[in-house]
Amino acid sequence: MSGPNTNDDPGQHIAAQAGAEPATTVSQISALDPEQVQARVDEALAAIAAASTTAELKSVRITHTGDHSALALANRQIGSIPAAQRKAAGKLVGAARGRVRQALQERIGEVAAAELEATLVAETVDVTLPVADHPQGAMHPLTALIDMVSDVFTAMGWEIAEGPECESEWFNFDALNLGTDHPARALQDTLWVDPVSDGKCLRTATSPVQIHTLLAHGAPVRIISPGKVFRADEYDATHLPVFHQVEGLCVDKGISMAHLKGTLDHFAQSIFGDVTTRFRPHYFPFTEPSAEVDVECFVCHGASVGDPAHPCRTCRSEGWIEWGGCGIVNPRVLAACGVDTEVYSGFAFGMGLDRTVMVRNNASDLREFVEGDIRFSRSLLGEAR
Amino acid sequence: MRVPMSWLRAMVDLPEDISTEQVAALITEHTADVERIESIGGEVSGPVVVGVVVSADPEPQKNGKTIMWCRVDVGAGLNAEGHPKNSEGAEQGRGIVCGAHNFTVGDHVVVSLPGAVLPGGFEISARRTYGHMSDGMICASDELGTGTDHTGIVVLPPTFEGRALVPGEDARPILGIPEDVLEIDVTPDIGYCMSIRGIAREVAQALGIRFHDPYAESPVEPTDGPVPVRIDSPACSQFITIPVSGLDPAASTPGYIADRITRAGMRPINLAVDVTNYVMIESGQPLHAYDAAKVQGTLVVRKASQGEGLTTLDDTERVLDPDDLVIADDSGAIGLAGVMGGASTEMTAQSRDIILEGAHFDPMTVARAYRRHKLGSEASRRFERGVDPACAHAAAARAAQLLVELGGATAGEPTVVGTVPAMPQTRISCELPGRILGLEVSREQVIEILQASKVEVTAMGDSLTLVPPTWRPDLVDPYDYVEEVGRKIGFSQIEAKLPPLTAGGGLTRAQHDRRAALHAVADAGFVEVISLPFIGDSDLERLQLAAADPRRRTVRLANPLDDTRCYLRTSLLPGLFQAVSRNLSRSQEDVALFEYGTVFLAGEPARAPRPSVAHRPSDEELAEIAAALPDQPRMLAGVLTGNWLPDRWNGPAVPADWTHAVLLAQAAAQAVGVTLERRSDPLAPWHPGRVAALMADGATIGHAGELHPTVCRDFGLPARSCAVELDLDALLAAAPAGGRIVALSSFPVAKEDVALVVDAATAEDQVRQALVDGGGELLESVDLFDVYTGEQVGPGRKSLAFNLRLRAPDRTLKDAEAAQIRDAAVAEATRRFGAELRS
Repeated sequence: MSGPNTNDDPGQHIAAQAGAEPATTVSQISALDPEQVQARVDEALAAIAAASTTAELKSVRITHTGDHSALALANRQIGSIPAAQRKAAGKLVGAARGRVRQALQERIGEVAAAELEATLVAETVDVTLPVADHPQGAMHPLTALIDMVSDVFTAMGWEIAEGPECESEWFNFDALNLGTDHPARALQDTLWVDPVSDGKCLRTATSPVQIHTLLAHGAPVRIISPGKVFRADEYDATHLPVFHQVEGLCVDKGISMAHLKGTLDHFAQSIFGDVTTRFRPHYFPFTEPSAEVDVECFVCHGASVGDPAHPCRTCRSEGWIEWGGCGIVNPRVLAACGVDTEVYSGFAFGMGLDRTVMVRNNASDLREFVEGDIRFSRSLLGEAR
Repeated sequence: MRVPMSWLRAMVDLPEDISTEQVAALITEHTADVERIESIGGEVSGPVVVGVVVSADPEPQKNGKTIMWCRVDVGAGLNAEGHPKNSEGAEQGRGIVCGAHNFTVGDHVVVSLPGAVLPGGFEISARRTYGHMSDGMICASDELGTGTDHTGIVVLPPTFEGRALVPGEDARPILGIPEDVLEIDVTPDIGYCMSIRGIAREVAQALGIRFHDPYAESPVEPTDGPVPVRIDSPACSQFITIPVSGLDPAASTPGYIADRITRAGMRPINLAVDVTNYVMIESGQPLHAYDAAKVQGTLVVRKASQGEGLTTLDDTERVLDPDDLVIADDSGAIGLAGVMGGASTEMTAQSRDIILEGAHFDPMTVARAYRRHKLGSEASRRFERGVDPACAHAAAARAAQLLVELGGATAGEPTVVGTVPAMPQTRISCELPGRILGLEVSREQVIEILQASKVEVTAMGDSLTLVPPTWRPDLVDPYDYVEEVGRKIGFSQIEAKLPPLTAGGGLTRAQHDRRAALHAVADAGFVEVISLPFIGDSDLERLQLAAADPRRRTVRLANPLDDTRCYLRTSLLPGLFQAVSRNLSRSQEDVALFEYGTVFLAGEPARAPRPSVAHRPSDEELAEIAAALPDQPRMLAGVLTGNWLPDRWNGPAVPADWTHAVLLAQAAAQAVGVTLERRSDPLAPWHPGRVAALMADGATIGHAGELHPTVCRDFGLPARSCAVELDLDALLAAAPAGGRIVALSSFPVAKEDVALVVDAATAEDQVRQALVDGGGELLESVDLFDVYTGEQVGPGRKSLAFNLRLRAPDRTLKDAEAAQIRDAAVAEATRRFGAELRS
């Protein structure tokens, strides 16, 4: 089998023809006569110069350098020339043949190069044509973000913890210091497995994963738990019954809110760019002190605040974007997991990933996250790498 | 919580030059989020003035309405005598047409003159209407943005701050506009901020200025007054009544009270109700007013009896729960404690004698009751968050005093039953706040801050013994005080610092592999989607699952969002089918989707125990919890329809078929180093002849193939749609560990082709494996290059043509040697499957 290139190899082409030379009749010249020799040389050089294709050159070669060419015959005469003149004749004919051979080789090279050049031009394709041999796949923007967040934290020595989505009431509420009468347990907030008295629900946050981790590994621990969470919520542009969160937990000796702030600043910078965070007092049963965390607007950096002429759509000209909740882990939570609260303290935080994608990538309608339109996932191809 | 700035300023002496935004920022930094600042009447501009009605003539119209044609005196400078548009007569003032009837000649009203702009960009101009030139507008509160009332126009009291109103003066100061109202998101732990008093205290502390609490008083001793009271439940710590008699039914609520409670978010009703609401908003203490004439005998605070009924103020008959705390008289329950009063003792416009109630109820008891009866109210929201238990008497007394002042009533002696419970004592080390906050906080600073928060601090060296003020039930644990110190200093003072570094293992092998597998599937051409994990009976039916199929082991939700999808999914396919349909409906016909997610397979019904949280549960208890949960494997699934590749310049369209479904599984498997074997294995919802079981290490982990035509029809999918679903956890578990790099031989390869005829049902990969096993170590690779069925091999048979590559590590194989290996390979295939070498 031959590839497209092999036919056009000029070197092989010439070599392949070398053995088969037809006999040609040429006029005899005298090896001793410089003029005759020169005339043959001139003749040969003219023919070489005139040849413009590999085929023509082949014929020129046979005529002017072949066994029956005048110069070859003259060369053959040399042996029969008297010794005194033989040297001069040999030199004359040898030089003549050398000049012709050299000119021929040069010309062969030139013509081969020109022919290759022409072939390449002829073989030109439209390199802009589409070349897909499989459809354009894509990761969902949430998966891409989860991967990115996981990389940010594993780079700091944290690990990724996972747990069940259908969870027990003990892990989802009790262990997190949500008392039996806590409103979040109510039917309108939590999706319960039937019968409710069996104490099973769809986790309302990824916080129970923190409890699983503390129970399994104790302190110290540094984990994030990204994943699906569930609420008995409306299904509209800003609410989904199923959404995604990432929560973080760091428990060690001497952990303080300064470490929380440092970690969240780094987290925010890793995914939003050059921004900082701020804490606002808030309440969560599982943290004390508790705060809501805002991230500085990564678009206007606060420049739009009080400047109606240049409003910022990303932060609604507030300069800050609500991002999540955080705080120092309530010692009651650590105690329920058997962690010595005299020795260890910890911080925890949680952010909505859907909302983060919304803010960061300008998504306008949360329903698009779960509708499955292929254009949605394909719109963030770069993020998925 | 809505806080009108004028009310806040009335309670705390704020610096004159501090702006609403600055106050809001302080509250957000130290207390709770100010979500919004509403500017009441802030959109009103231009001439909005006081007018006095000079004449008002009713004029019936053809459309059935009767309008009032008025002359309104708006002051000498504005009366526009001889105004060219005001052609009618030469009476004093302006002619204005008004649709309302709640005023008479001599009343002071609010007039918007031409040039004024009201909320919504409503520009006032002189215009001809109902046969007159109306030269302005007499305003209702909704038109000014100061209220929602459109039943009549605003009638002003004739005096303001002790002086008579002057026609033509700016009406805004008299209306109390513009006024900023703070909307504060009060979290459940700081119930004391559900009052102007609480917010005023916080702002004063943030500014370091003095706060005088008008509700502070020495504890009142239990005392018997004229209204007999008994407490029969520990859910009520104190119950106070004050009789107020001789209320003038004609007395109306002063404008400033009506404005304040309106701006705080409540509706004015009548003097007695408005006063109790006013005092509640200001103090945080809910009060209740009973029509004394309708109360019979002793007021008793007790739990409801089984089946007891109560008609609440909203005229709803309710059956009470034995957990409900009620106020009862001799007739039975007359109120749901802390939630809502009863209709039988309701105040009316004719009520003259009333009983004011101020009481403290257990927060959780109130919360359970209002949720049970779906009866959230201003009172229950406050009780749930914790009302200052020491405020009941002061608030009731303040309300009584207001009714005396404003309604001409007389207040009687109070009845006080019960006491204010003692607050819990907590000991902390003075270094704790600084250590946990990550801030330098000195012992003196801690003491100073807590004392400013009215915490009673007893210092013994570094140990601080703390007792919170009565309005701070949230201060119990040491970390509660850490938060208090942190909030008062401000979290913005905390400097960012990274936690000390620890050695982490990064992603686990399984997490890494899962990521690789999912990316491989996307790289292969599939688009990831996420669908909602709920399915219904119709999904199970349309999937044609057999009765014993494990995917029928559904977990049912007690409160599904959609009754037709009441189960958690047992397969990802129905969600993917729906996503395909959505794409089709949007004219995207070539679709290759995948999803990765949990499915839920019910086990035996079991209750998940709820052990104590005081300490770590036992391993047995944890195992019992885990065992009660459903199986939750994480699946990987895909669905394809339309063309895998569309018509292209360099080739025709490639329709999506079963091979692409297999390709998805294979891409995932290859990414984690697993070789999937396939067997024909009919299973719903696939085409029985075009579905393969996907096997890893001999175990079936999923299926891939073309969907059953009926399934396609029932789910509205195009014919010949394909699908794959496999247990991703099982695939990852099969991923080989380690691995070694084989030595690379540089000796030439010997190639042998064999065509084997086998039974048509024989699996190709098994024949290939037989060749590999029979060929031995020198057989480098075996690849299928042709499959033939037809006459030449006979019915029920197929020919599989393989390309064998042989290579030795240490020598060039001789022809005879190669032939020998080939024959050995074929012999093994013959032994296992009766394969015949096709000549």
